[in-house]
Formats: sequence, structure tokens, C-alpha cells
Amino acid sequence: MTTEEIIRPENLVYRKPELLNDVPMHYCPGCSHGMVHKLVAEVIAEMGMTEKTIAISPVGCAVFAYKYIDVDWQEAAHGRAPALASAVKRLWPDRLVFTYQGDGDLACIGTGETIHAINRGENIAIIFINNAIYGMTGGQMAPTTLLGMKTATCPYGRDVHLHGYPLKITEIAALLDGSCYVTRQAVHTVAAILKAKKAIRKAFDYSMQGRGASLVEIVSTCSTSWKMTPEKANRWMEENMFPFYPLGDLKDSKP
Amino acid sequence: MTHEFILSGFGGQGVLSMGKILAYAGLMEGKEVTWMPAYGPEQRGGTANVTVIISDDPVSSPILSTYDTAVVLNQPSLDKFESKVKPGGTLIYDSYGINVPPTREDISVYRIDAMEKAAEGDMLKVFNMIVLGGVLKIHPVVSLESVLQALRKTLPERHHHLIPQNGQALRLGMDLVREG
Amino acid sequence: MKGNEAIAHAAIRTGCDGYFGYPITPQSEILETLAAEKPWETTGMVVLQAESETASINMVYGGAASGKRVMTSSSSPGISLMQEGISYMAGAELPALIVNVSRGGPGLGTIQPSQADYFQTVKGGGHGDYRLITLAPASVQEMADFVDLAFTLAFRYRNPAMILSDGAIGQMMEKVVLPEYRPRRTEEEIAAGCPWATTGRKGLRSPNIITSLGLRSEEMEAINLRLQAKYREIERKEVRYEEYLTSDAEYLIVAFGSAARISKKVTSLAREAGIKAGLLRPITLWPFPSERIASLCGQVKGILSLEINAGQMVEDIRLAAGGRIPVRWYGRLGGIIPEPEEVLEELKKIAAL
Repeated sequence: MTTEEIIRPENLVYRKPELLNDVPMHYCPGCSHGMVHKLVAEVIAEMGMTEKTIAISPVGCAVFAYKYIDVDWQEAAHGRAPALASAVKRLWPDRLVFTYQGDGDLACIGTGETIHAINRGENIAIIFINNAIYGMTGGQMAPTTLLGMKTATCPYGRDVHLHGYPLKITEIAALLDGSCYVTRQAVHTVAAILKAKKAIRKAFDYSMQGRGASLVEIVSTCSTSWKMTPEKANRWMEENMFPFYPLGDLKDSKP
Repeated sequence: MTHEFILSGFGGQGVLSMGKILAYAGLMEGKEVTWMPAYGPEQRGGTANVTVIISDDPVSSPILSTYDTAVVLNQPSLDKFESKVKPGGTLIYDSYGINVPPTREDISVYRIDAMEKAAEGDMLKVFNMIVLGGVLKIHPVVSLESVLQALRKTLPERHHHLIPQNGQALRLGMDLVREG
Repeated sequence: MKGNEAIAHAAIRTGCDGYFGYPITPQSEILETLAAEKPWETTGMVVLQAESETASINMVYGGAASGKRVMTSSSSPGISLMQEGISYMAGAELPALIVNVSRGGPGLGTIQPSQADYFQTVKGGGHGDYRLITLAPASVQEMADFVDLAFTLAFRYRNPAMILSDGAIGQMMEKVVLPEYRPRRTEEEIAAGCPWATTGRKGLRSPNIITSLGLRSEEMEAINLRLQAKYREIERKEVRYEEYLTSDAEYLIVAFGSAARISKKVTSLAREAGIKAGLLRPITLWPFPSERIASLCGQVKGILSLEINAGQMVEDIRLAAGGRIPVRWYGRLGGIIPEPEEVLEELKKIAAL
């Protein structure tokens, strides 16, 4: 069998989602962002919302999300994405409006915007990549950095007396009356990827149904800043992140 | 014609709203008006004052250092504004709680015992209209009818039944005010 | 009607799509009036009390980025918090209206009127090389009129615009003629007027991206040069000012906002005292009427800059005057408003030079 004979449409078992642009991503090998981007792109297309999506990107590694997912994007100031999304959704109620943020953006500098947007019950979805570290600025401590974990700004390990505790903002979001769906997922296995995609779809659906704010946390790896191979990073995540950030739905307000 | 008023008293005496009614009445008569309050925490119990200018021509500065007429409803206001009345101008004061009465001889001084009458006659809510009546008796810069019209315009509908009482208060003030 | 209330009513009447704000004295009446008027039931305008000024300005960023006519208002300390968002909006070239009913600083300062935010407004405030179209109303009427003007300029140049007022104009009541009702723009009108806006890829057009990011130096320099060219165009076309008794003036007062109202009175007092005074009132603080001031320097013998601050605009006047005639400043601080008589004394000092 020649290559030409193999690459025929009827033999196609997998292809790039139509909304994922055909450009090299700047993400490191093993990074979870690429997978989550793919899921988001698939869900938007499957919902038929390509012409009605307004997405908000953060400051952090995902700052260039607008280069990869082929919809309208606003790039926000650090932490402010939920404020932008609140206004956009109120001004364009029939649009799909979501933010895509990392832990530093969402759970540190943007804690206020995150909590208040959720608490107001804004009909938006928030995709939250938690890799327990500041990736873009070079591996500094994040609000979600685990105790004992070493970063550029806690080189001897996160010490509760020096740095306080890691923040479980997803648990906080679940407590707020304005949230309708809060879940924690991962994308390290095929099974996890499928579940994460379902979670993103549900969050987007709920926001279009006007049921309030959704938060989908994706516990993620940062093999570069964690200074591990991608494979080891996945293992480390399972052994260290999952016990502190357990996967599963924290809240699902069924209608 | 331009008439520059300063109205001053304790917060809660209705000084700002008295100024507002006066300004609105001017507006009703097609005059140019400004209402410039000293705003802030004073509104809640301290000294409140407002500058009201009623003029046939566009008003330049809404902030003034001297006034044609000062209407003062407590001692601190009297102490502050007596000296700021233009020579030949007018000072109208409520005698209630005044220990040191005005002393200037180059201005016309009037007194109105509005607080005393209001307390006697269960009219504390319209105390400021008694005062305004007195002011308009001395300086009829706007008509009584315009004031009543201004009240209709500025009071919420549910308070319109109080307008006759306000009218009474205005007329009472006109009777009460006297030289001294 | 109070100046603050006039802003709120004008916004509703001239097709504003959204207001996002946080209470602060002396401008809370803007949000209060909007909340009482419930425009979401009539024109469809969104009104939202945000959790902070930081959130407010970023809501404005989001709304503006989607092509809507959106605004916020605050007073000095709140405007300081908004500087990040303003810089981002200037960088992303977003049209929006920010109202500053300013008060005395620095710090928590006072709630009384001040013009001490002149530098912050016209010289930057936030980071980076950018300019803010700045209108300075001197009456309640202008508070109402400048809402639409500010939006018009903002959208014409895709640039944030500010109304720089102060507590005196905000709290003062005067006669005002409100603008005629005009409906908000339809989705089609927004798409036609703002083809850059992020509204969703209708008709599968190529995506619109709103960002102020340009990581490569060459790219960022090009963005900056484009911004600078736009600023030069605004400086050429949009200077606005008012003159009063300048035709035969020998001495000129330059003042904006409430200081200009005081100055008008000073001009009359000065003429009674035999000093031929005139007034130039910049309506746009940026772009600044530098050329007109420069030309008046050939006529008048001295300039007094009256400001309710420690002398900020006087620097721009001196730049325009280029050292040809004396330029002096007078003002009061801490929320004290200068009285006409004390300004007249300063003018007399210049006349005696």
C-alpha cells in the first residue's frame, strides 16, 4: 500500500478540529494547553456557535489563545477576563462568552473579578488551567502551588509560614450562589480528555441556557517549569496534584 | 438683575432643599439659576450650605465670596456668613439658638422665628418653607405661585398632598419675618 | 438638574449601550440616577455596579471591544485604579467614555472639588505612550452635551475619551436642555460602523482579535507609530476652546471647567478695575489649544493660569507661550475653590509687572 492510497478521506480516523488554526503552537511539549484548546475548538464547532462566540484570553501562557482557536477574541489585562466577559455577555446575551485563564491570572491577581463575576451569576463559562505555577514568566510560585513544591520564587519549597496555603478557588466558586456548574477535570489520559470535553460542553450549554456561571478547572502539567519530562510530569500530577485537587464535579445545579 | 444667595444651617434643616425649590422657582420663571452646595458629610448633621444664584443673564461663577443675601439658620452659619454679605445687602436669620446676634449696621438685618413657630404648630417638616416665605417677602425674586409650581415639579407624586401645607408655611413665613 | 444627573440622562438619551461603575463621592449620582431610571427596561441599556473600579474599566474594555457604546464614571482615587484599563484600551484602540468627577488628592484626599488630575489625564496616567481625548465641561449643560461628543470622538478615532469634570460641576444644579432621544445602534449598524469589533464571526468572516500585545519590537514600534500618527491627526482636527472678551484683551486668563466659570467673573471684575482682561477656556485639554495661546501671546502682555491645583496646565501654557510673555499660575488646593476677588488680586500683580 502506498502513502497516496492510505491518505484518502474514507480512511481518515482523526483530523484537526476545523476551528483550530493550522499554525505551530508556542506551547512546550507535554503542556496541557494544546489539548484543552482542541477540546474548546471542537465544542464550539459542535454547538454551531462559531459565528456567535466571543472569547476572552488571559495574560499568561494562554495569552496567544487567539492565534489558535479561530473565533473572535479579546485579550484581557492580567486577571480581568471575567470582568470583560461579564460586560460582553450582558451586552450580547445571545453570544457564547467564555474566558480561558491560568491559575496566576484567575486565582491570584484576578481573584476579585473571578469571584464577583461568578457570584453575580453571569452567564459565562470560565476555563481554568491549573498547573500550580507561573509558566510564562518562568516558573514562579502560583496561588495554587502545592506545599513543599519548589519554584523560582520558593526555591526551597512552598512553606506555609512564608507563603501561606495553596488556594482551592474552585471549591470557593462552588460555594457561590451564582455558579451553576463547577467541576475539576484533567487531560492526561484519553478517558480524562473525553470527560473534560463533556464538562466544557456542559459549561457552554449552561451559559447559553442562562443558568449562571460555570467554572471548569483543568488540573494541568507544566513540564518545563516543573523541570520534568512530559511523561514524568503526568505521573507527578497524578501522585501530588490529584490528592490535593481531586477530580470530579463539585456542583451541578440541574434545572 | 442678579441675586446671589447663601443659605446655611444645620444638616437636616432642609437648607439644600430650600435652595433647590428657590432655584427651581427661578427656572419656572425662565431665569438663569445655579445651585451650588457645599456637599459631603456636612449633609448629615454638620453645617450645610448652598449658594443659589438667580439671574436674568447667564451665571458666570457659581462660587462666590460675597452675597446679596445670607439666610442663616444657626450660630455657626451666622458667624461664618455675616461678614460675607455685600454692603447694602441682606441678612435673614432664625433666632432659635442664636446667642450672638448680628451686629453689622451697613446691611439690612431681618429675623424670622421660624423654628419656634414650626415647633409650636407641628410644622417642623415645612420649617424650611417658612424660612423661604420670609426670604421671598423681603426679596420677591420669584413669585409664590412659582414656588408652589416648583414643589409640584420636585416633590414625588406621593408627597403632593403636602403642597397645601407648604403653601401655608410660605405664607406664615411672610407674616413672621420682621426687621431686627 | 445636577451635573452628575445630566451625565446619566444624556447617556440614556444618546444611545449608550452600557454603564459599569463603582460608587465614590462626588459622582455616585451618576450610577444612582441610572439605577433609578432603569434604562434596561426602555432603551435596553445595561447598568451594572461592579466590584471595583478595576473591574468597571475592564467591563468597559470588554464592551468597547465588542463595538458597544459603553462608559464608566468615577472620581480621582477610582480613576487611579482604572489607569491600567485605560492604557490597555488606548493600546487596543478601543472607543469608550470615562467620566472623572475629580476631587482633591493625593491619596484619599478630600471629597471636595479639585482639578489636580490634569496631569494624570492629559500626560498619561497609565503606562506607555498614549493620549486620552479629554473634554472639560464648565456647566451642567456641557456635562450633558459632552457625553455624545465624547462618544463621537472616541468612535471616530477608536480611542478612549474622558470627561474631566470636578465635584463643583458634578454637584451643581443648573438649567439644562437634555439631548433628543436617539435609539441604540442595531447589530447591523455596529457591524457596519465597527468592522473590527468582536461580535462573533457572522457570515464566517475572519476572526476579529482585540489586543494590545505586540511581543516583537518591530511589531510594537509599528503599532506605536500608527498610534502617534492618529494622535497628531486629533491634535490637528479636534482642538476646541471658548474665548471671552479676548479681542481687545491685554491680559489673558486661561482656565478650564469650574475655574473657567470663576474666571469669567474675574474678567468682568478686572474690566471694572480698568484691566482689559480676557478668558481662553480650553474645552479639549488634550488636544490642547497651544496654537491659539501662542497667537494670543502676540497680543496680550501676560497670562494667568487659574487652576484648582498646584499648577499643572500652566506648564502647557508656558510651552505654548515659549517664554515670550510672563505666564503665572494661581490656584487653591485641598478642595478649596478660589474666589473671584483673590484671583483678581493675582491678575493685578501680573498687570503691574
